[in-house]
Parts: sequence; C-alpha cells; structure tokens
Amino acid sequence: MQRSLNWQPSATLETLKARAALLASTRAFFAVRNVLEVDTPLLAQCGVTDPHLENLQTEFLQTTYYLQTSPEYAMKRLLAAGSGCIYQLSKVFRADEQSPRHNPEFTMLEWYRVGYSMQELIAEVGALLQATVNAPPLQQMTYQQLFMARLGIDPLAPNALAQLQTELAQRPELRDWASAESDLDTLLEGAMALVIEPQLQPEVPLVVTHYPASQAALAQLDPSDQRVALRFEVFYGGLELANGYQELTDAELQAQRFATDNARRAQLGKAQRTGDARLLAALQQGMPACSGVALGFDRLAMLVCRKHYISEVLPFAIDRA
Amino acid sequence: MANYSTNEFKAGLKIMQDGEPCAIVENEMVKPGKGQAFNRVKIRKLISGKVVEKTFKSGDSVEGADVIDVDLAYLYNDGEFWHFMNNDTFEQIAADEKAVGDATKWLVEQDVCTLTLWNGNPIAVTPPNFVELEITETDPGLKGDTAGTGGKPATLITGAVVRVPLFVQIGEVIKVDTRTGEYVSRVQK
Repeated sequence: MQRSLNWQPSATLETLKARAALLASTRAFFAVRNVLEVDTPLLAQCGVTDPHLENLQTEFLQTTYYLQTSPEYAMKRLLAAGSGCIYQLSKVFRADEQSPRHNPEFTMLEWYRVGYSMQELIAEVGALLQATVNAPPLQQMTYQQLFMARLGIDPLAPNALAQLQTELAQRPELRDWASAESDLDTLLEGAMALVIEPQLQPEVPLVVTHYPASQAALAQLDPSDQRVALRFEVFYGGLELANGYQELTDAELQAQRFATDNARRAQLGKAQRTGDARLLAALQQGMPACSGVALGFDRLAMLVCRKHYISEVLPFAIDRA
Repeated sequence: MANYSTNEFKAGLKIMQDGEPCAIVENEMVKPGKGQAFNRVKIRKLISGKVVEKTFKSGDSVEGADVIDVDLAYLYNDGEFWHFMNNDTFEQIAADEKAVGDATKWLVEQDVCTLTLWNGNPIAVTPPNFVELEITETDPGLKGDTAGTGGKPATLITGAVVRVPLFVQIGEVIKVDTRTGEYVSRVQK
C-alpha cells in the first residue's frame, strides 16, 4: 500500500461543517433580499483580458475553452437579459496562483445589485460580513487617503512615480526591483501588497475606494473626478477579501478596456486574449446600472474558522487534488 | 549558470543575490486579486550566513548560483587550511578559515562533514550533527550529583566550551550536538 499518498482531507471535518454552515448562511442572506442564485458556466470560449490574471484552458470539440477566473462576464450577460439582482457561489480557476492564501481552484461569491451605487453595495458587503462572520462595522477610506496616511505619498500626484520609487528603494527587501521600476501601477501595487497591507489592523474590516483610473478594471470612472474609478476593495483579518465596482455599462468603453488590457499584456510579454464579444453584445443591448462585487468565499471561511492557510478550509487543496 | 524564474523558486534553490551565492529558505507568492504578483522570499547568504528578505516581481528571473554540497572526511589542519578528503575518490579539498568558521571547534579527524562549494571552492563547512570530543579542562564535580543542576563549563580538546553535568570529569569523552552546542551524553571508551 502507498502509505505516503495524502488521501486525507486538508481540512478537518469540523472545519468542513463550519464551511457548510457558512454556505447556508450566505445563501440565506441573499434569499431574504430576493437576490436570485445563478450558476453560469465555468467553461467559456473567451478568457479574461486582465493583465494580471491567467486562465487555465482546455479543449472541447477542437475548440479552446477557458476555465473562468470569475463568473463576471456571464453574470453581466444575465443582467443585460433582465435577470435582476443575482448572486453566484462558483468555483473559479486562476493559473499560477498558489500560496498560503491562494489555491488555483477556489470558490468565489459574486453578486450584482441592479440600481445600487458603489456606496450602497459597500453597505451590503458590511451587512454580509456582519451576518456571516460577525464582523464589526466597516471602516472606509479612499486609495489616496490610505497612501497619504501610510506612506505620505499622493498616488494621484504627477510626481507619484518618482516619490514611490524613492520610498520603496529605501527598503532593502524592495530595492532591487523598485529602483528599476518605471511603471506607476506596478509600484502602487507593490506598495499596497508588500508595505501597506501588512500594516493594516487585522481586526478592522477596511474598505478602500476610488482606485486610480489606471486600475479601474471593469469599474466606471468617477464622474466627479476622472482620475479615479468607482472601484473598492475590502481587507479584513490580514486578507484581501473582496473587489467591487460600480459597473461599467458602456459597450464602447468596455471594448477600450479590453484593448488597453491587451496592450498592457503585450508590454508584460503575455499572450493576447480576445475580449468577450458576447459580453460586448450584451452591453450594446443594454445592461442596467448596477454595482457588483466578488468575494473570496474560502477566505471568508478562513476568518470564520480562524485558519491561516486556505488549504485548511478546503476539502482537498491542490497538492491533494 | 542557468537563470531561474520566480515560478521555479522553492526552499533550497541556490541563487545569486548582491554578488553572493544564497539559498532560498522560504518562498511565498503575494498576489493581489487584480494586480502584479510578487514573490516574498527569505534567503540565506551562504558566505555571511545572514538571512534577509527580498521581493521579486513574479515572472522575473534571477541568476542561479553554482553551489553544491559534498560530504568529505576531515583530515587535518596545517595552520592555514583545513584539509578534507572524498573517501571514494580520495580527492582532497582545502578550506580556509572563512569557510570553516565556527565549525573549527567541532572538527574531529575522519568525521564526515558537509562542505558547500561555490564554483568548486568551499564557502562553508557543516560538521556532523553529533561529534565525540574529549574534555581537557573542567572543575572537579561534586560526588553523587547525577541530575543536571545547571552543570559546569567544560573545555574540549578542540577548544569548544560546553556545559556538562557536574559528574563529568577531565579525560572523559562526551557526545555533543553541534547544532545547539549542547552536551548529549558521556561516551564509553
């Protein structure tokens, strides 16, 4: 017999029961709010253009299919088709992502609220965290405020690039790449992930809003300040928990975002990805004004169960899959 | 030497950093949902022994270091170099004081040590986990004391100083854990 094979679960059965209870309380949260549960396909003919996400891919009838990194495109097509508010608890897949907090296959809780502003959706995220993990009230600050408070640097100022280079190059562990980095977003993302995030108080759920327009992803730009986007992220318990937008609904702008993404991918030496034409067609027909958010369900389970490794809340993490 | 991409990083991989060969101790990906991924890495500098943290943009490559570990028997010290021999090929290698470092106090002739070679030259010597050495100097202990009540210092034949139980005497051979520098037991001669 092969004794060395890790056939046993990476989570305890007690944790799996807590995970099941969390799934149930999440569904109950949306049921009372009349948000419709959907389950869109995980295999789609288009991948994602996002410069920093990679799809896993497979084949069906000689056609390449991409395992979805999030159910976003399909859910937006449902919204355009008149679904009204929807949510999904879905497996999603991201190539190259493995760490104590990442498993290449994980569960995403994603939902869209028709007619909601970004601020209204943030309030609902707070309610969900309160209902499921008994989180205290959310604190909120803008991306600009956060950088000013933690690094004394205005990320929107014309000299932000030089200031960040200087600041990060003072740190021996960052110096090698930061001093040579000429891309502002890479410096901002490095400062956020490697300097600011580790400083955040784990016991306070923090919402960071108004990301720079260059990191808008699929969010609308702020009509009152085009330098920033109506995008937010939630950090709690030392984890990046959720990412949301007041959604871009304009097909033409969406096509431009696909093109910008691909230009960035080319710069980074990554393969081009065809923008999803079905999403564009749906947007052309008209998607209602809405806000949407994607939340890492396994990380929510880590918070509930007080676990530090994502493998501890998965029946079988990738090394045992 | 080959280059390694960050996605090949794992504990034990030898890479060049700051002009010095290093071993990766810990490697962790830090990936914002929508942003650039980074590798946060703890590395041990193999010459200075210092452990430092570095970050890399995921996807970047770094130069590998031609570092290998070989098991060689310690022969003798000629005053300047410590000589080691491969027991299979009888090939000999001499390590200088910088490479031998603290290991000098644990070197016993014929004991097999691990030598770390960079581009073929020794940069570090790791003694066996346990060595047996004779005591050359220690205070006479109290009779009847068998339990460790803090013990007393004892100087070994190599100059190493180890805390030993009070009943251990000059001339006795003791077993020492070289990783902690702690006394393990007396050895029957």
